[in-house]
Amino acid sequence: MSPEIFISQIFNGLSLSSILLLVGLGLSITFGIMGVINFAHGEFLMIGAYSAFITQSFFIKYLSADLLGFYFFVALPVSFIIAAFIGFILEKFLIRFLYGRTYETILATWGVSLILQQLARNIFGANNVDVSSPTWLRGGITISEGLQLPYNRLFILAISTICIIGMYCFFYRTAKGRVIRAVMQNRTMSACLGVPTSKVDAFTFALGSGLAGIAGCVVSLLGSIGPSTGQNYIIDAFMVVVLGGVGKIVGTIAGALAIGISSSLFEFITTSSMGKVIVFSLIIVFLQWKPQGMFTLKTRKLD
Amino acid sequence: MKKKILSLMFLVVFAVSFVSIQSGFAKDKEPIKVGILHSLSGTMSISEVSVKDGELLAIEEINANGGVLGRKIVPVIEDGASDWPTFAEKAKKLILKDKVDVVFGCWTSASRKAVLPVFEKYDHLLFYPVQYEGLEASKNIIYTGATANQQIMPGVEWLLKNGYKKMYLLGSDYVFPRTANLIVKAQLKAEGGILVGEEYTPLGHTEYSTIINKIKAAKPDVVFSSLNGDSNVAFFKQLRAAGITAEQIPTMSVSIAEDEIRGIGAENLIGHFAVWNYFMSMDTPNNKPFVKRYKKRFGQDRVTDDPIEANYFGVYLWAKAVEQAGTTELDAVRESLKGLTFDAPEGLVMIDPTNNHTWKVVQVGKVNAEGQFDILYTSDKWVKPDPYPPLVSNKVVIEPGKVVEIKK
Repeated sequence: MSPEIFISQIFNGLSLSSILLLVGLGLSITFGIMGVINFAHGEFLMIGAYSAFITQSFFIKYLSADLLGFYFFVALPVSFIIAAFIGFILEKFLIRFLYGRTYETILATWGVSLILQQLARNIFGANNVDVSSPTWLRGGITISEGLQLPYNRLFILAISTICIIGMYCFFYRTAKGRVIRAVMQNRTMSACLGVPTSKVDAFTFALGSGLAGIAGCVVSLLGSIGPSTGQNYIIDAFMVVVLGGVGKIVGTIAGALAIGISSSLFEFITTSSMGKVIVFSLIIVFLQWKPQGMFTLKTRKLD
Repeated sequence: MKKKILSLMFLVVFAVSFVSIQSGFAKDKEPIKVGILHSLSGTMSISEVSVKDGELLAIEEINANGGVLGRKIVPVIEDGASDWPTFAEKAKKLILKDKVDVVFGCWTSASRKAVLPVFEKYDHLLFYPVQYEGLEASKNIIYTGATANQQIMPGVEWLLKNGYKKMYLLGSDYVFPRTANLIVKAQLKAEGGILVGEEYTPLGHTEYSTIINKIKAAKPDVVFSSLNGDSNVAFFKQLRAAGITAEQIPTMSVSIAEDEIRGIGAENLIGHFAVWNYFMSMDTPNNKPFVKRYKKRFGQDRVTDDPIEANYFGVYLWAKAVEQAGTTELDAVRESLKGLTFDAPEGLVMIDPTNNHTWKVVQVGKVNAEGQFDILYTSDKWVKPDPYPPLVSNKVVIEPGKVVEIKK
């Protein structure tokens, strides 16, 4: 492996990690705070991706061509808001009845996932649709001959870094974040102290869904969008959460980096299917050694 | 009283004879039912809806010219829904319930393999319009698309002749790409090419950055791609973003036609190659009017491509065979299909009397900015179909449905 190839593989790994991170973050906090295993999380990614598509179509139809380059800046918040809103509705009408019943949430959210996929199929058709990247995201920075870093992947890295910093500040620097962390650590005690836990739950679920929406918006830059787009990422995202440890931002970051970079390196050395096998085997071995994942949330709860 | 009975009898006789005349008359003019079986929903509908439209266009044109044997053709359209068991079920329904005389349909090899037992069991006839991997010659299927030696093999040969010796094989992970690459590898070995890499990804795979890096590291002269479906969008988008142009490393695709270019975006594909039997840009006397009629009927933004054209002339071939046989009865139609020729948009085509495949020209094209192909090479003469190329198989077809092994 020449140094250029090695560097660009590390870069590809980082790029994959950044997407997994955005998807995994939402999963991690919903699981951490509510004990809900959300199999429909990938569908929020899909919703985000279709939101980007809708925004683009809107720009093409109603606004002048010069503005088309900026549609993506509109698409990002739109994806976040739509995914968060649908997440909020889902929490209000379904998830909140299932708190504390982890296994039922698997079945229920899996059903929701199927419903959302079929809904997308009915609304947008079975064929995949395509978002064309804004012109300023085409091409890339040429570092040396044989090493070019695509702008769109750099952009995705930047977006997810911003999201992580934002989430970190929100969780550790604001009153609302403190409340969420309190509920995560000890729900009953927080409730006793006057924290409106059901409101916190709804808010957190919407936030997690919104992050998946942003992830969907950025993956639309890489390929086409279809009703089953979310399915491509959900398993890896679960792995990120399990490996990193539930409910910790730093754990999710570590898990995403570990899986993203090792996937791309192993895929390079072997084949795409074999690379996955190796990564998953390593995860299993690691979890035998540390069943709680890389980072664990310290609580006073007796499990 | 007697008179009354007599007149009643007369009435009955009159009525009966009238009805029988009526029904005899109706039988002559009774429309001929044909089945159309494609995925009109699901992941394959992107390609198959257009093929259905091509078949309908041919049927409408034949009807406008007086039909077949003076009878109108009525299509019975069924949706295979991109689901292989559904294909088999719908095929059964068309044959047993609708009692169609012939079926036009399918796209993927998987769907063809699913309906094949149905057509063999009820001894019926299917026209299959898509290029495929070969190694099949049923007497119940007429293959109007290319087989391996009419697309994959000449494609590789052209590449080798033009200095693209080092090849990287990339395909989706299912029967067609794996079989196709088996043939390509045998050919590289026999004709002096070099295999520098081989990679398969699941259908629907979207993360190609690592494979693109592998391609970069392997430095091939060309990537031979049998990727199918939406993966193509991700692959070509990411290839371009990684700064690899068609001048540096071109790809030769066997599954990207004009209809797919619309989906992937011509800007992502400029300069890449494809090998087919028909291109919309062909300058033949029959093609220009065909393209014009297709666009007029289905919309100016629509394009024609190889599989659309293949079953467009498939319908005409069948109609011609029925006309010659003077009946829709299957054995007679099959007999008159043997060696039957038709002046198709791509040029003269012929059904091979021994293996039911089609003699047709082979061409290589290069994608231009309009999403059309500039034709770089054409075989000029039609190529004899050989579903069992000796390079990978030791079998020969001696008559439709009869394949025997030969000792090497």
